[in-house]
Amino acid sequence: MTTLDTSSSPMELRKVAAQADESVKQFVLGTFIIGLIWLIIGTLLGDIASFKLHWPNLLTSSPAMTFGRVRPVHLNTLIYGWASNVMFGISLWLMARLVRTPGRWIPSAWTGTLIWNLGLLAGVMGLFFGDTDGMEWLELRRTYADLPMIVGAAFIAASVWRTLGARQVHHLYVSVWYLAASFLWFPFIFIVGNYASQRGVENAAVNWFYAHNALGLWMTTVSLGAIYYLLPKILGRPIYSYWLSLLGFWGLAFFYSLNGMHHLIGGPLPSWMITTSIVASVMMVIPVLSVAVNHHMTMVGRFSALRYSPTLTFIVLGAMSYTGVSLQGVMQSVVEVNRVTHFTHWTVGHAHMGVYSFLTFILFGVMYYVSPRLLNREWPSAALIRWHFWLVLVGVFLYVFGLAYGGVMQGLALNATEKPFSESVAAVLPWLWVRSLAALLLTAGHFIFAYHFYLLLKSSPAKEELSPWHEISPLVVDLSGGRIESKGATV
Amino acid sequence: MTRVFLLMLGSLATVVFAAFILVAVPRVALPEAPANPTLPPVEPAESPLQPYTAEQWRGREVYVENGCFYCHSQQVRDPIISNDVDRGWGRPSYPSDYIYDSPALLGTQRTGPDLINVGVRLPDPSWHLVHLYQPRALVPWSIMPAYPYLFEVKEDGATAEEAVKTPANLLPAGQKLVATADAKALVAYLLSLKRDFPPPELKVEREKLRAKGQKK
Repeated sequence: MTTLDTSSSPMELRKVAAQADESVKQFVLGTFIIGLIWLIIGTLLGDIASFKLHWPNLLTSSPAMTFGRVRPVHLNTLIYGWASNVMFGISLWLMARLVRTPGRWIPSAWTGTLIWNLGLLAGVMGLFFGDTDGMEWLELRRTYADLPMIVGAAFIAASVWRTLGARQVHHLYVSVWYLAASFLWFPFIFIVGNYASQRGVENAAVNWFYAHNALGLWMTTVSLGAIYYLLPKILGRPIYSYWLSLLGFWGLAFFYSLNGMHHLIGGPLPSWMITTSIVASVMMVIPVLSVAVNHHMTMVGRFSALRYSPTLTFIVLGAMSYTGVSLQGVMQSVVEVNRVTHFTHWTVGHAHMGVYSFLTFILFGVMYYVSPRLLNREWPSAALIRWHFWLVLVGVFLYVFGLAYGGVMQGLALNATEKPFSESVAAVLPWLWVRSLAALLLTAGHFIFAYHFYLLLKSSPAKEELSPWHEISPLVVDLSGGRIESKGATV
Repeated sequence: MTRVFLLMLGSLATVVFAAFILVAVPRVALPEAPANPTLPPVEPAESPLQPYTAEQWRGREVYVENGCFYCHSQQVRDPIISNDVDRGWGRPSYPSDYIYDSPALLGTQRTGPDLINVGVRLPDPSWHLVHLYQPRALVPWSIMPAYPYLFEVKEDGATAEEAVKTPANLLPAGQKLVATADAKALVAYLLSLKRDFPPPELKVEREKLRAKGQKK
């Protein structure tokens, strides 16, 4: 095996990266397009679900549009349609680049994506007709929807692992650990979640074993893999500590997987199960802080670079949200906090901090970085990037803080026995309006982003010279005093 | 790390370990539920909980199909950490309260009140029917969706016994509200939600203690 290492010339490395990019180009752009279609659908359904909570007579004549069906369709389209599809694309791209070889078995990845999306489409149609498994995050039917999705994920995993098997590097970079393991974890938890137990309180335990790990061992891990690649890449500076990376990875693998039962605190499960999850949740402080310190120490002194790169801005905010949402999760698993926040809209805000301001921000960041490099042209409009950024940032800020505050008010009203139940509804209602406003901002941002992506696809390859940020190899920039002149939209 | 095999083995080990603790062990430790929800339970045989009738089971399906569980929990938490019992939602829930439930509908939100004992609290079927048709006709502050598609509004021809007793002003004069089979099944399910008997787990525990005392 002829491996490339640090002694390889920069020109050689650049050529290898370009070959890796070229090999996965169509697949990655394909997953982005599919993902964006699901993003728009899921966002609009989320808006409808949000409006329905303060306008309960809205769209009640058709069973397909009732709140209890629109809500799961919103969740499933965004988790399995938007996030997962984009994650398939960036996983293969990252893997090819990191092991310095063209992506392998791309037709397998295409086949998998096709099967996955057909299964998802069938499942979503079923949900509109009320055909559901009745478990949160696992609503899609385990027969005609989840089974094809498992097969599809296996085809994509085969391509990712085959690429890893053909590696031209000796040392496996931290992002590779996260990516290779994610494609093992996801099918495992998805199969356990669907088929391990469908009855009694065991079913609730299996439900939350899956639902928490879907975030922890799939969406979180692929996102962390992307951060670990892009942060040092854009800054031209290595990750602060290899040992913290190791601690973060194995700590997450060990503790996160045991977290699920904190969704059932006080519930009718054996207390040892719930206690196990509370302990594991608190232990999450170790991997979370390892990763946070590692990222922060890589970034420190380079914050001014945020001005020049929307990718970096989204990635850094996403990484901060990861720390924030994880510490919030630790706090929520402690009984004294849980007794206020459990069963309230706080949890919905918490979930959106995880899936939106962490995961989706990372996906936006990666798409801003990857797309122009695959297409060899720059994003057409800096203004559209700014609009997208500010709309979703203000939107998610309002969303998360609105529901956090409203959720605490709701929880305090629920815990005050002398207050009638109606007061808990009255306490949260204004914040449900705030959430709808936030949802509209996010929707506008998504339309702008999708439109901008369409413009990028349609535009012709660059004729004039691209900005230095466009280069495949990182640019070491001295930001201590000197300013960098940039023209147009730099990524 | 340089070895793919070790990486994959280690990753697999962590998640299998977690599944063993949180999925496999409870399968052995928790009361076994019958495969067919209309058959009596194997364990614990002491539970006075009755299996669902065919109509109640259909009602439960309607409950799941329309996602009622996203806003209504079905569990009364331990009084040590919550005021659920003081709110009048019933005694704390035990695993045997769910032996016929597939899927379990413990819930994660209380946008609306807990329903595990709604059959005790609100035993009137016509209240439920009107409430499903238009929640705000009975509970002005409610944000629950209305479910008009579970009903038919008939001009006339509906006999008195067929029609739902409605409050004045709910429908224009001369119109009558008739519940579909699904609406009636859903109400039958809601009325079956009663966990007002002493939990069999405590009885089993007490008998074990008594047996121990006799040995001495």
